[in-house]
Amino acid sequence: METDQRFGLNRHLTLPGPLLLDAGVAFAPVEFAYETYGTLNADRSNAILICHALTGDHHVASDHPITGKSGWWTRLVGEGKPVDPARHFIVCVNVLGSCLGSSGPSSIDPATGKPYGMSFPVITIADMVRAQAMLLDHLGVGALQAVIGGSMGGMQVLSWTILYPERVRSAIAIATTARHSAQNIAFHEVGRQAIMGDPNWRGGDYYADNNPPAAGLAVARMAAHITYLSEAGLTEKFGRKLQGRDAKSFGFDADFQIESYLRHQGISFTDRFDANSYLYITRAMDYFDLAEPFEGVLAKAFAGAKNTRFCVISFDTDWLYPTAESRHIVHALNAAGAPVSFVELSSPFGHDAFLLDVPEQNSIVDGFIRAGEGRA
Amino acid sequence: MTLRPDLQIIADNVTPGSRVLDVGCGDGALMAELRDKHHVDARGMELDRGNVATAMARGLSVIQGDADIDLAEYPDQSFDYAILSQTLQTTRRPDLVLDQLLRIGRRAFVSFPNFAHWHVRWSLLWNGRMPVTRLLPVQWYETPNIHHLTINDFRDFVKARGLTVEGQWFLAGDKLTSVSAANFRAEHAVFLLRR
Repeated sequence: METDQRFGLNRHLTLPGPLLLDAGVAFAPVEFAYETYGTLNADRSNAILICHALTGDHHVASDHPITGKSGWWTRLVGEGKPVDPARHFIVCVNVLGSCLGSSGPSSIDPATGKPYGMSFPVITIADMVRAQAMLLDHLGVGALQAVIGGSMGGMQVLSWTILYPERVRSAIAIATTARHSAQNIAFHEVGRQAIMGDPNWRGGDYYADNNPPAAGLAVARMAAHITYLSEAGLTEKFGRKLQGRDAKSFGFDADFQIESYLRHQGISFTDRFDANSYLYITRAMDYFDLAEPFEGVLAKAFAGAKNTRFCVISFDTDWLYPTAESRHIVHALNAAGAPVSFVELSSPFGHDAFLLDVPEQNSIVDGFIRAGEGRA
Repeated sequence: MTLRPDLQIIADNVTPGSRVLDVGCGDGALMAELRDKHHVDARGMELDRGNVATAMARGLSVIQGDADIDLAEYPDQSFDYAILSQTLQTTRRPDLVLDQLLRIGRRAFVSFPNFAHWHVRWSLLWNGRMPVTRLLPVQWYETPNIHHLTINDFRDFVKARGLTVEGQWFLAGDKLTSVSAANFRAEHAVFLLRR
């Protein structure tokens, strides 16, 4: 297996497809960027899929090949961690629509030899999951011991249990929701309008001259970033502290530290992310409503998932996907008769808590995964 | 690990292979026993986050929730048994919680400390103070027990609601004691009810 080119870090692969999308499009071919860790055991029972969030990538537990930054979920995935390559065969796939290796609007359309731009089909969270399933088929992975993800990753986890319930033995959905609320959509729309209002956007056709709508994308990121933090966290970290000065400037520089911080977050984001991908993925999240095809009854959506174990975790300071949304999921799973555990953890970090140091999250995920192994 | 005596009584009287909801399941000791020795499909609800985490690490399906609020979300008659052990006296509306138990479960096990035990009576009578005993070990101002009741109170309640008592067990010093004079001699009661 060591020499099998399908497995390892920073894999890139194109499958012929087609991938049938919710938009009614047969998309082909399909590019994938992904990583695997550990070894698939003889009875193929130890595979765990990690799903990333809006702007994430497949480098879940390895150093990024360009930036050198460590993986985005090394607190949970890695040697001696709850998801451990010594015990598990771990797969993380860059989502469909992204700009970090898998097919997205910045990918080259083989029909034209140019980037898709806005001719890329509108995708959904379910489409992302179908793409992952297509890749797992190629990797020889049938059933998954677990699917784990936070935020948009959690949406994919929940979609997995509805689209492919027979392939998911355990599902861990963290800091997530079963549908995007009006408030969620509203924040995303601010971001999209910032991008599309940037004169450099040009209908999404900006790839040729290397002059992307960076200012719009930076504002989109700034607005979104606020929703990932808690009010208390912002107050504790920045308060009303001034940035590199003793007094207000009576101008429009970044007087306050929070302004400087947000500007930095926005600008550095434009170095690594494509504005069109941001449009497509936020759209996919806004279209996300698991109950919609089931007459608005979420319990019906989970009717096929009775044999999947669920672990739902929320954070008390997360106002993007607050605990009430997780409870809504839990109640539906209960009504559907699926075995579900739920806990609200306390953290000052808001929505981002799932990526940060919350020891309880690790012990709960570890116990949940091990219990599934004991009773597999 | 030995179970608390009231939990052992419940474990011994749950039909093997049944579906059970343990409301106020603590760290999941009873659920684990039911699962491992009686092949019971056990689900739990617990208010305390640390207890939920411990129970989850045991592989149990436990939801962090409040019996006063979250029971309403469970479908009718979705469990063979609903269990409420040492939790009734901590709820804001014990009567409504009991209604929910018998809506969700075909039968309900309810256990509670008896406030009419002679030691409690003695303490009130002679000291004139709220008793602090083995089963009620906390001072009045910090006790989670906000609705103290006696075995006779519970019997009256069951009768008024027209519920059927299918089983009753009374404990004193962790040993079974007789039904007669239970309201005086028992520290602890376990009832099995159905509508």
